[in-house]
Amino acid sequence: MSRIPQAFKDEKAFIAFVTGGDPDLATSKELIIEMEKAGADLIEIGIPFSDPIAEGPVIQEANERALAAGCTTDKLFDMVKEARKEVSVPMVFLTYVNPIFTYGTEKFMERCKECGIDGLIVPDLPYEEKEEISGVCDAYDIDLISLIAPTSHERIRMIAKEAKGFVYCVSSLGVTGVRSKIETDISSMVKLVKETKDIPCAVGFGISTPEQAKEMADISDGAIVGSAIVKIVAEHGKNAVKPVADYVREMKAGVVG
Amino acid sequence: MKQGRFGEFGGQYVPETLMTAVHEVEAAYEHYKKDPEFIKELDDLYKNYAGRPSLLYYAEKMTKDLGGPKIYLKREDLNHTGSHKINNVLGQVLLAKKMGKTRVIAETGAGQHGVATATVAALMGMECEIFMGEEDTKRQALNVFRMELLGAKVHPVTSGTRTLKDAVNETMREWASRMDDTLYVLGSVMGPHPFPTIVRDFQKIISKEIKAQLQEKEGRLPDAVVACVGGGSNAMGAFYEFIPHESVKLYGCEAAGLGVDNPKNAATIANGSIGIFHGMKSLFCQNEDGQIAPVYSISAGLDYPGIGPEHAQLAEIKRAKYVPVTDEEAVEAFEYLSRVEGIIPAVESAHAIAYARKLAKEMTKDQIMVVNVSGRGDKDVAAIARYRGVNIYE
Repeated sequence: MSRIPQAFKDEKAFIAFVTGGDPDLATSKELIIEMEKAGADLIEIGIPFSDPIAEGPVIQEANERALAAGCTTDKLFDMVKEARKEVSVPMVFLTYVNPIFTYGTEKFMERCKECGIDGLIVPDLPYEEKEEISGVCDAYDIDLISLIAPTSHERIRMIAKEAKGFVYCVSSLGVTGVRSKIETDISSMVKLVKETKDIPCAVGFGISTPEQAKEMADISDGAIVGSAIVKIVAEHGKNAVKPVADYVREMKAGVVG
Repeated sequence: MKQGRFGEFGGQYVPETLMTAVHEVEAAYEHYKKDPEFIKELDDLYKNYAGRPSLLYYAEKMTKDLGGPKIYLKREDLNHTGSHKINNVLGQVLLAKKMGKTRVIAETGAGQHGVATATVAALMGMECEIFMGEEDTKRQALNVFRMELLGAKVHPVTSGTRTLKDAVNETMREWASRMDDTLYVLGSVMGPHPFPTIVRDFQKIISKEIKAQLQEKEGRLPDAVVACVGGGSNAMGAFYEFIPHESVKLYGCEAAGLGVDNPKNAATIANGSIGIFHGMKSLFCQNEDGQIAPVYSISAGLDYPGIGPEHAQLAEIKRAKYVPVTDEEAVEAFEYLSRVEGIIPAVESAHAIAYARKLAKEMTKDQIMVVNVSGRGDKDVAAIARYRGVNIYE
């Protein structure tokens, strides 16, 4: 059974992202464990990819650092398997379709299951192409998480109907990264999803302050923060665990506050 | 329902944010490709702006020198802006205009596609922004200035390997942030559906003309068509009308850089494996984790780690043969064509000339070979000089 529903069961969820292997795998493992302790309800782990076309500069650079530091898909699986021994919140991978396809979709899902991964977010796998991996995801009980964007409009119902785990609402056009203001009518997007299917919706892209997180969580089921965390990792490297945990605590307080 | 497939290759692997935009392009293209007014306008631009039809030139000296088949050169280098890229750009920018867009963006490697896009944007009064790997802005500094002269804004791309693939990444990111008024004018037969089809359709005029011109001169089909392949747009254009004619052998020449066994190459069909990247399932140079390889070629236009999906299919069904050509062979061919025929080809096209020289030895005098000279070599003169140890900068 996927652990994902547990992230949304009591209160608004705070979802934290880190790029796996940045600055190194040992620090990533500590970050995952400490983010849970600091209040993260669900943890997204990025499998680094050479060409992350949906990411802004902050996460692009994290991908480059992780690959340069020698992170491979296998090493990341091994690290997550170790982390899972101490972490009980749901964990999902965020990666591009090529690392999954090239690893072998079947073998990839088998390892996800073995390592305690609950879901997958694949930004370059839209609804029309999801059959590339969705059958294998189902067979291994891994939720393939659907994304909806400000441009999705009438596509939202179609996507929501078959959504698994939670729906990732992309707050803004463009790529990931901190934004001063989010102008999309998120409430309408969430409403369309909920009319179609009873599934949690979390908002990501551009969120960095507790106020923004609260604003987004108020109109959905949770807030997702990536670039702002990765930025702290970039600044503090191996010493990022404490400042990241402090930040997560503050953000979680914002979300439920 | 899977869109835009060539066998198992192709598809539409883009972020959700871009799906509405690619569907919009698809619908517009399906409409306008049948619209008599659109066809008439494009035809007029081809004729009166680009200078089509391009010549099919009998390379008599090269033919005699090599002692094999009759060699014809398809002179895409004589098009306005100096390469085949204008064929596609005229079509796509006209399409953008019909769609009510006011701004076009594009990636470029060598700068040929960027220059063509900037040119047509100037002609049609569109705003234009070009994304070019920082490495390539240095290799092709003259083209950067040329694009700026034409009114385009050129963004040097500093992510990843700072070459063509990174320029594509950055243009996709830009399109995802602004698509209301903007069309991404993709430069090759690659990317998500419908681009491989659109670009092929706008480039197939090359083979259509070759067929008619050769019919007039020789009363028959060629025995071989040779073209260079990066993403593969000039090759797809030169091959397309001949695909149903099994007697016509098709050869795509890939950039092997320092050699197919050397890591510094860009020969996707020789060294690549199946993957999903830049919106398409195709063949890519990549490692066992699916990380896209940093490829290399002396030619910035062939320096791409993938290949268009229709080429991947032609390779798989063995309808076309793909052969590697090294930097050294291409530079020799660049010099060869300059001296023998007085035609300076683009270093990209020189890859096709290099293979034509080898292939001629396996063919007979009663046969006909057509080589697509996809672009002119003025832009490469300084780089070739440097390759030969003459330290000049443009």
